[in-house]
Amino acid sequence: MSELTLTVMRLGFLAVLWLFVIVAVQVIRSDLFGTRVTQRGAARRDARPQQAARQSAPPPQQQRQSGGGRQRRGAPTKLVVSEGTLTGTTVALQGQTITLGRAHDSTIVLDDDYASSRHARIYPDRDGQWIVEDLGSTNGTYLDRTRLTTPTPIPPGAPIRIGKTVIELRK
Amino acid sequence: MSSSTSTTNTANTSTIGSIGTPSRRNTELALLVFAVVIPVFAYVNVGLAVNDEVPTGMIGYGLGLGGLAGVAHLVVRKFAPYADPLLLPLATLLNGLGLVAIWRLDQSPRLQQRAENLFGAFSPDAPKQLMYSALGVAFFAAILVFLKDHRILQRYTYISMVVALVLLVAPVFFPAVNGAKIWISIGAFTIQPGEFAKIIIAIFFSGYLMVKRDALALASRRFMGLYLPRGRDLGPIITVWAMSLLILVFETDLGTSLLFFGMFIVVLYVATERTSWIVFGLLMSGIGAVGVASFEPHVQERVDAWLNPFSDQVMQGNSEQMAQSLMAFGSGGVLGTGLGQGDSDLIGFAANSDFIFATFGEELGLAGVMAILLLYALIVERGIRTALAARDPFGKLLAVGLSSAFAIQVFVVAGGVMGLIPLSGMTMPFVAYGGSSVIANYALIGILIRISDTARRPAPAPAPNPDAEMTQVVRP
Repeated sequence: MSELTLTVMRLGFLAVLWLFVIVAVQVIRSDLFGTRVTQRGAARRDARPQQAARQSAPPPQQQRQSGGGRQRRGAPTKLVVSEGTLTGTTVALQGQTITLGRAHDSTIVLDDDYASSRHARIYPDRDGQWIVEDLGSTNGTYLDRTRLTTPTPIPPGAPIRIGKTVIELRK
Repeated sequence: MSSSTSTTNTANTSTIGSIGTPSRRNTELALLVFAVVIPVFAYVNVGLAVNDEVPTGMIGYGLGLGGLAGVAHLVVRKFAPYADPLLLPLATLLNGLGLVAIWRLDQSPRLQQRAENLFGAFSPDAPKQLMYSALGVAFFAAILVFLKDHRILQRYTYISMVVALVLLVAPVFFPAVNGAKIWISIGAFTIQPGEFAKIIIAIFFSGYLMVKRDALALASRRFMGLYLPRGRDLGPIITVWAMSLLILVFETDLGTSLLFFGMFIVVLYVATERTSWIVFGLLMSGIGAVGVASFEPHVQERVDAWLNPFSDQVMQGNSEQMAQSLMAFGSGGVLGTGLGQGDSDLIGFAANSDFIFATFGEELGLAGVMAILLLYALIVERGIRTALAARDPFGKLLAVGLSSAFAIQVFVVAGGVMGLIPLSGMTMPFVAYGGSSVIANYALIGILIRISDTARRPAPAPAPNPDAEMTQVVRP
């Protein structure tokens, strides 16, 4: 085999190998969805700039959503854990029921000694209003300062406290 | 590219979230085709360089690797449709490149002559490796079919501890091979149980630390910027440390002991978020390694070959491999000598297993070695990413444990072959020749794919909730 062919093959092979790596990285780039984690320290110090940053770079899903056209105006789109061990976790609200508790099959598995295994659930009613309901937990679920006794609609931005964990619905 | 947008709106729900998490199976298929084509290209390249002709085995080899990748892909498509699209193609590519390198070393007259002198006959290793890869894919498929949810593994926390201990201790009762007791032999088969033990012990570490992490994280005093754990909380870390030292002493296997202790430290750190554990871990492994090296001759030999690879004493002993390996990396340069045109077969013993990375270093050069290390890094990155996306603590810790075990293994082998750390008898995952290693690593990828499928699966469609219908909603 001529020297030239072998040299071309050698360089060609390296190029193909690197091409694979680059394609793989591109796939990762197009794959950025799932649980979003925000910096803990920054979240506590000032939440405002962070929110601004979040708005400046909206995830592609949200754009697709607004194209849907049937979304209720002002309805929250995600649930954000703002305090506790899971700080920074977000869950997209898709019209499904979200269960919270220490049970392994909960949507958000709380790692909190003060939470019951099936602690609370958050679900939309017929009008798309999100409702929080305490599922007979030991330590109770608090909306702002009041302990919940009945399923209650969640006003936007109101903190829901379960043990040491605080969650909010955000747009 | 399939982006299935699941519109979850029924007549009475006006809130629409159409974040249809796309199942990325078609992306995976495209990448898999790419990952099979690259090794076939390499195979042709080796054939042209060594024998001046397109190798006859090309069709069979390409079909073999392609068939394995196809089966694995179909199983993932059926049983884990939302899994990460990168893990399987990356593993397939590494496996294919390993097969090419092993086949290339089979062609070497020096190694053929050496095998005939030592064992009386030469048998090529590449077909055997292809068979082991098939077994590995079978394992991979079995895990995806039978393990419906990784959280089931949590039930076997303590059983897996016992199984892992048995697997780790078993080689002590079998004769040492090449100075290290890491094999057990049943009939004609020899198994390296350490490879399987690393997966099983990851289950134990994550199950155990998930339960105990609060005690380990919260009860501590602050001292000089570090959280010092209480004396009695040091129990588990000291137990694992002692165990890894015992492995080092009785099995004279540096790699395995480093792997277990390192994995434990990483999982412990992730579970408790306390930097002090890393400091303690580094201190303890340093003390342990230096202590054992001071009296164990096999370890001393390795350290000697690491510090002075070119000294007369080392070269005349059994350790000229290290010097040959360094020369191989050196003569590769930036772009390498080209596949099939290097002299890495001079390494002789274990050229296609422990030292296979030197072949890549010589024939693909720095550019190729970096690409291969990046492939490993991408597997680890996807593993950590899976851990971040997982919603249950056990899955998080297990994914971190498995990917850190993978990362540590790559570091220990690549670092050993390149002369960064003392050499240890471990194998480069997927690339090196060895049945246990390939099978265990396919199983590891299988578990990671199962966790990532669970983590990325979109939440179930809003089930009509009977309670919601009956309960009256109080509006202010």
